[in-house]
Amino acid sequence: MVTPEDFGSHETAWCPGCGNFQLLEGVKNGLAAAGIAPREVLFVSGIGQAAKAPHYLDVNVFDGLHGRALPAATGAKLADPRLEVIVESGDGCCYGEGGNHFLAAIRRNIGITMIVHDNQIYGLTKGQASPTSAEGLVTKAQPGGVTSERFDPLSIAIAMHANFVARSFSGMPDHLARVVAEAVRHPGFALVDVLQPCVSFNRINTFAWYKKRVYELGGDHDPSDREAAAARAREWGDRIPVGVFFRGDRAPFEQRVPVLRDGPLVGREHDTAALARIMDGFR
Amino acid sequence: MNERVVNTLIAGEAGQGLQTLGGLFARILVRAGYRIVVTQSYMSRIRGGHNTFAVRASAGKIHAPDERVDLLLCLDAPSIAIHREEMREGGVIVADRADAEGAGDGEGLFAVPFDELPGGIVRGTVALGVLCALLGLDRAEAAETVAHAFEKKKGAEVAQANREAFYAGFDRGAARGGGALSLPAAPGGTNRLVMNGNQAIALGAASAGVRFCSFYPMTPATSVPLTLIGMAERAGIVVEQAEDEIAAVNMAIGASFAGATAMTATSGGGFALMQEGVSLAGATETPLVVVVAQRPGPATGLPTRTEQADLDFVLYAGHGEFPRAIWAPGTVEQCFHLARRAVESAERWQGPMFLLTDQFLADSLRAVEPFDIERLPAVRVGADPASVETPYERYRVTGDGVSPRLTPGAGGHIVVADSDEHTADGHLTENLEARVLQHGKRLRKGQGIRAEAAPPELIGDERPELFIVCWGSTRGAAVEAAETISASGTPAAVMHFSQVWPLVAEAFLPALEAAPRAVCVEGNAAGQFAGLVRRETGFAFGERINRYDGLPITPGFILRGLGHGDA
Repeated sequence: MVTPEDFGSHETAWCPGCGNFQLLEGVKNGLAAAGIAPREVLFVSGIGQAAKAPHYLDVNVFDGLHGRALPAATGAKLADPRLEVIVESGDGCCYGEGGNHFLAAIRRNIGITMIVHDNQIYGLTKGQASPTSAEGLVTKAQPGGVTSERFDPLSIAIAMHANFVARSFSGMPDHLARVVAEAVRHPGFALVDVLQPCVSFNRINTFAWYKKRVYELGGDHDPSDREAAAARAREWGDRIPVGVFFRGDRAPFEQRVPVLRDGPLVGREHDTAALARIMDGFR
Repeated sequence: MNERVVNTLIAGEAGQGLQTLGGLFARILVRAGYRIVVTQSYMSRIRGGHNTFAVRASAGKIHAPDERVDLLLCLDAPSIAIHREEMREGGVIVADRADAEGAGDGEGLFAVPFDELPGGIVRGTVALGVLCALLGLDRAEAAETVAHAFEKKKGAEVAQANREAFYAGFDRGAARGGGALSLPAAPGGTNRLVMNGNQAIALGAASAGVRFCSFYPMTPATSVPLTLIGMAERAGIVVEQAEDEIAAVNMAIGASFAGATAMTATSGGGFALMQEGVSLAGATETPLVVVVAQRPGPATGLPTRTEQADLDFVLYAGHGEFPRAIWAPGTVEQCFHLARRAVESAERWQGPMFLLTDQFLADSLRAVEPFDIERLPAVRVGADPASVETPYERYRVTGDGVSPRLTPGAGGHIVVADSDEHTADGHLTENLEARVLQHGKRLRKGQGIRAEAAPPELIGDERPELFIVCWGSTRGAAVEAAETISASGTPAAVMHFSQVWPLVAEAFLPALEAAPRAVCVEGNAAGQFAGLVRRETGFAFGERINRYDGLPITPGFILRGLGHGDA
């Protein structure tokens, strides 16, 4: 049996009161609930305060470049589909710098769970607007307020037929663990967007702000109904739903790559006779 | 060289099947035992424009393209006027009768009514028959090669139609006679492969155990992944077209980290996007092979032409300091062997390694002796999990800088890698002592890479009065230029670098200094390699020959540059 304690306990570089702490616990609890052992997991992250999270877990880690966690994770998953590959990073990393990779990962339906720490602000670089910042948010870099419309990851993901689309809130640890467990168990690409306050730089979207608005999707929501999921995803204001919005049944990318039907690329036998036949084709 | 060498140029518009026709012609020649050097020149468009496919053929060894044409096949009317000036005396221009009208009746113009001949519907095959007859090739054998190629792709019926079309063209050509164009019989060697530089890179990489290739299409690199795709299922390789070059390089790094030997291929603009990834491979010490197929820049430049102007770029690619090696194959055989070498080095030294090629070599079909592929081993990925100390440290500080590399999950160990500076266990740190230890460890690998560096190859006279120094695809042109100069009484030799980084002065400086004259020939304007040699050794070339008009360097170009008149 896997327990949350198996994932270890480490000192962090985060601000006291940061939503990241609850997120870290939620991920540990979720993985333990899903029965996934630390050694079976590869966490791939980018850059930012959120991207440090995998360092505080006793798991395999590839902490790469800002915005580029998904491609690195995709390569790793294709090399060894046995690995439980999880991308964990922030909203700037996943939706800003890595926006194109987000779209491509959904299109591929690669078997990766992407957990996004969505605090609507750039924390590590000290408080600039992020793709999910609300229009009008005043920062040092946007003194007149953000003039671009907020990026809506859930609507985009549902529109593009992502295989699993969910949202949680760092202030709901049990809900978060449940959603993470469900996401890693679901085949194909899974998005878990997690709302969290940034105690240092986002004075608007505070813990209290979220607490007042967030509500759980109830039994009346059918996650196989894409139209309903899209309608719920657009709900953003006085009330913000969390839960599993959409669950699809597309086959994961790695199962559709013919070469991988013979097993993972890792440790594969070198077939020199096959290469000799290939060379003969150049005659 | 006493053997007759015939340079055939096929010219026409994009969309007329020039590549298929040229490729088939090359195959017929190699099957008949001839050596070839193919030069493809094409415009960046899908239809129209003016493209050429040149096949230089000889029974003996040849190395380079030729500027003059012996046999010209024009698939459209403008080609006649465009290439007439390039004809050597006694040469023959083959054109459709309709296209040849108004072109003047010169002796060398052979007008063939392609469409009226039996099977004229496949006029390319008719024309191919004419060419083979003029070169004096075996009618039945050549027809068999043609039919076989069509049968594989389009079935028996199409194959038969093409066989008949070929015979119709051949008989028409034979009736005229090739005269001086006839090639002498070739002595054996009919088992050779027909392969271009990019195909050889792909095959070499596969033979070294490459299992993963991610790419974003870019001329002239694309045929590397395309060749791998062609063999993917048989060889057990996953090739993925990424959403952009940034994704391509990061995917390859991720795959390599997880244990699949990985590579990517691109050209200058795409490589520009890969810079941060290259640095990531350096920081995380992840094996990675990057093929950079050069074309003229800056920016989009001349997308389908050739150049050697990305040496400095690849040498300094990526921010921060980390070791690397750069190979620059000069022949199709070297493309195969150096691709293997790059894969082996990337795994041994755990970092990014580069193959620097260019459009000319990428597209240049040659006759190649088969490789001993069944005996060539694949690289071993990572260390034996049983051999590592526990707790496992991915970046343990060692004497040669190489730490035991495990892949995630191997032997139950946890593997942590970080692009941030990290401690020996892979976790990010801002401890500055750890930084110095890790940076020193990474850079120490450079000494091992340097100790393994291949010296330049010396070809020609042992005590040359003239050294033609070159790197990469310029090798062939330099060899033939040196042969011509030696034959005229001045001992000449070529110093060819197939590895351009690291440069080890002791391996070549004495020879270079001993020659009264040394000229550096390269396909760029600034003399990048000459500059690198000067920086590394203090040796300053008194003369440079540089080409940057998008065309490959030819023996004639070098000879003119040396003041040796035309060849």
